[in-house]
Amino acid sequence: MAVSLREYRAKIKSTQSMKKITRAMELIAASRIIKAQQQAAAAAPYARELTRAVSAVATFSDVDHPLTTEKENPTRAAVLVISSDRGLAGAYSASVLKEAERLAEKLRGEGKSVDYYLAGRKAETYFKFRQRDFVESWTGFSDKPTYDDARTIGNTLVAAFQADESDESDEDAVDPRLAVDELHIVFTRFRSMLTQEPSTIRLLPLEVVEGTEPPAEGDLLPLYEFEPSTNEVLDALLPKYVHSRIYYCLLQAAASELAARQKAMKSATDNAEDLIQKYTRIANQARQAGITQEISEIVGGANALADAAGSE
Amino acid sequence: MAGPLQIELVAADRVVWSGEASEIIARTSEGDLGVLAGHAPLLSLLVPGVVMIKPIEGPIVQAAVGDGFLSVADDHVSILSEDTWLLEEIDEAEVRHELAQAEAADDDDARHRAEVKLRLLGKAA
Repeated sequence: MAVSLREYRAKIKSTQSMKKITRAMELIAASRIIKAQQQAAAAAPYARELTRAVSAVATFSDVDHPLTTEKENPTRAAVLVISSDRGLAGAYSASVLKEAERLAEKLRGEGKSVDYYLAGRKAETYFKFRQRDFVESWTGFSDKPTYDDARTIGNTLVAAFQADESDESDEDAVDPRLAVDELHIVFTRFRSMLTQEPSTIRLLPLEVVEGTEPPAEGDLLPLYEFEPSTNEVLDALLPKYVHSRIYYCLLQAAASELAARQKAMKSATDNAEDLIQKYTRIANQARQAGITQEISEIVGGANALADAAGSE
Repeated sequence: MAGPLQIELVAADRVVWSGEASEIIARTSEGDLGVLAGHAPLLSLLVPGVVMIKPIEGPIVQAAVGDGFLSVADDHVSILSEDTWLLEEIDEAEVRHELAQAEAADDDDARHRAEVKLRLLGKAA
């Protein structure tokens, strides 16, 4: 009995220290969410003005820009999967990867082959463990993405999108293997602290209207002059627009990751409390059982002595 | 229509400066451009350089911007650039360090950014 009592005490102790860790992670995640939300709010003006400018150019010009043109027979699609660097966030990474698989399935059904681009260590290990190919991965910033991260990813993806077959002869061109006709992003949308849902957007070819409210009456877009020319303005704007969309997705994913982690860590802390209570009860029971046994042994021993003394 | 200009100087991750101004001068791909109230709607590309804003009140605001663009419509001027800094946010020693690092790493983008910041300092000094 004494042995199991000691075992239970050890279990209680280890559960308590686990509880401390999960509680700390919960609090850290909670404080970082606020920061992530502020970051998202701070990025909003840029995204808004950029979207406005892009829709202005798109409205007043009928230029066919490679980034906005649908290819006739899309054969290859790139999928950017945004997951987390670390686990302990419940089903966060699993659900975003599941969404990615679902999308890949759909794309393959449409006869397109799928190139994976991964952000976040969890996605990377998922692919490496299954020995599946991916084109490129970026890690180390999932819970606090910067604009530079978005720019790095954006440049790679835009280059892959713009690389077409005619470049194949050119030694310096992007590897033609990388040329893609479509670009999708799988990320987790931050709805609220309680709900985050994995979702998919198609980034390229661009649909500029996506995510913007139609301009209100009287807020008609003015007749802009474009300097130096519509084409050049569009050339400069569109990659920036792509960067800004990717940044938006990264920020949403970061907020979702932190919210998921906070939720997971909260339930882990609650579980630890339950376990500690259960173990404490069992340990008390074992202690009492031990005492009862000792008393009955002493009483039994004393009686036996008294009996022995009486019979002499 | 000739009210003050409403200026928004926006970087990718924050609003750097916003307020009312009487004039703004920026460097576009076509040359330096000054905007006064009542300017025709315009979308223009910025090249890395210095933007000067003359606010209605207070001293002139100077900022370093990277690649970006400028849009003017109905006396609203938005200057958007992924990298934007106000003059007072820039520390010369730090920039020189950044420049040295960028040159060592052969990183053109970073070098460009550092050079723009230095140009702003040189102009202000």
